[in-house]
Amino acid sequence: MSRSAKIFSAIVILLWLVMALAPGLLAPGDPLAINPAQAFQKPGLAHFFGTDESGRDIYTRVIHGAGDSLAIGLAATALGMGLAIVLGTVAALSPRWLDEVILRVLEALYAIPSLLMALLIIAFTGPGVGPAIVAVGLSTAPGYARLVRSQIRSLKNSEMLEATTVLGHSSWLKVRNHLIPNALKPLMALVTLGIGQAVIWAAALSFLGLGTAPPAPEWGAMLSAGRVYLHLAWWMSLFPGLAIVAVAVSATVIGRALGGKVKSL
Amino acid sequence: MGTIAWAGRKIGGALVVLWLVATAIFIAIRLIPGDPAEAIMGGPGSQASAEALAAARAEYALDQPVFTQYLLYLGKLVTLDFGTSYSLKEPVTKVMGEVLPNTLWLSLLALALAWLLALCFAAAASNSGRFGSWLGSLLEIIAAAVPHFWLGAVLIMLFSSALGWFPAVDNGSAQGLVLPVLTLALPLAGFLTQLMRDSLSEALGSQFALAARARGESRLTLFWRHGLRHAALPALNLTGWAFSSLLSGAVVVEAIFARPGLGRSLLSAVLARDIPMVTGIALFSALVYIVVMALAEGLERIINPAGEQR
Repeated sequence: MSRSAKIFSAIVILLWLVMALAPGLLAPGDPLAINPAQAFQKPGLAHFFGTDESGRDIYTRVIHGAGDSLAIGLAATALGMGLAIVLGTVAALSPRWLDEVILRVLEALYAIPSLLMALLIIAFTGPGVGPAIVAVGLSTAPGYARLVRSQIRSLKNSEMLEATTVLGHSSWLKVRNHLIPNALKPLMALVTLGIGQAVIWAAALSFLGLGTAPPAPEWGAMLSAGRVYLHLAWWMSLFPGLAIVAVAVSATVIGRALGGKVKSL
Repeated sequence: MGTIAWAGRKIGGALVVLWLVATAIFIAIRLIPGDPAEAIMGGPGSQASAEALAAARAEYALDQPVFTQYLLYLGKLVTLDFGTSYSLKEPVTKVMGEVLPNTLWLSLLALALAWLLALCFAAAASNSGRFGSWLGSLLEIIAAAVPHFWLGAVLIMLFSSALGWFPAVDNGSAQGLVLPVLTLALPLAGFLTQLMRDSLSEALGSQFALAARARGESRLTLFWRHGLRHAALPALNLTGWAFSSLLSGAVVVEAIFARPGLGRSLLSAVLARDIPMVTGIALFSALVYIVVMALAEGLERIINPAGEQR
């Protein structure tokens, strides 16, 4: 990975955070304000990214959409990662039979593709933002849990831990002082990669009409609205999509830079 | 380990996984608050008639003790009976059988194209200098991070709206299939390239490749006879991921291009909260995943007989 790619990604992520925390700074307008006289305006000086079918400014909506995508991405990753860390750690540290049982369950969950798992969950809960977060979090957990497990296992069998056993440390002390800190760095990489993925999955659900509902300025929902006017107003789909891709690519680049070896996702 | 013992272990493991998936779904249906019959019929909002609810109770044996229900449910699954879709009023298996060939075609074409593209990219990247590999890794990252739903839209804008080469809606013709297949294949090709590139350049730069060149083999035969084998192995390892990507992608691609298929049936079933249909498709895809994984491992044993056997 080249230096320039890392710097570019860091800038994108910073920009994303600014957009999410203080959208008014970059786009003072109202993302929901309609103006039918200005519908389907092409990108130009008055509207950088053009306007949609109700004359809403796409640029303002893309900026204001960052907050939703960040919140959903963080919440879903926190849920998925939290579950994965608990399951992975328990599996790695427990006796062989329990490890085997947890592994089998993870494998079973992994056999259903992520999006299908998310759809399965939403079929039970009904559509909405909350269900989308739960669906994305739960459907990404099995994959992460397997990575966490192998990470902890390789640490568990390391010479470092053998040394602490020789020194007579209690097992809680071992977990707190050695396992958690040493597993944390690769986990940070995984979390960063995970947020990028979660943003994509959440947008996919909104795109399919199962997450955030259309008038809200959420990137996936904007793409879903733009799909109908693809031939008429390409800008309605291009810019929200670019935002998603920029964030996802940047998160991937930074995640890899952090993790180095933790590749398989 | 002998081949028969290996196959036995695989089948046993696969059955356990399927049983776990089925059990998880059974528990999930019972976890929904309220009447399970109503849940099967699409939740309280669906206002199912008393007869429909009674039919659901009879079909799922909801008047029996839970354990009996569970055994009956497993018994039906063994005979591939996934129940009746309440939104389509037809057996789930029948609906799936009708749309499955569409999705299968789409996925297989996309898979073939992805492998072809990945081999070309990987071969090109292993033969070019620093710029080539930089461009390669950039392409890969973008290909791996561009979501299907946006890629499809961009391809429609380019090749349908602007150039008018291919239709934006899948009308059943060969031309209508081009954009959906491309949408599904490109991200997968990015991922496969990533995996193939390192092992390919390693193989082509090794002693045995040098020896082959000294024997007078051309670069092309070297690539086909030796490089390919090494490039294919890590990619085969990721077959499970590729399958997941294809199936998840099919849901989105079939929605964008208005193409009938398993993914689109699933999406409309989710919107209608048609639990039998949704769980049927989920179980079926888990079954296919397991079969595909076993096939990939078998292929790996053929390509690399000396490899570490699990």
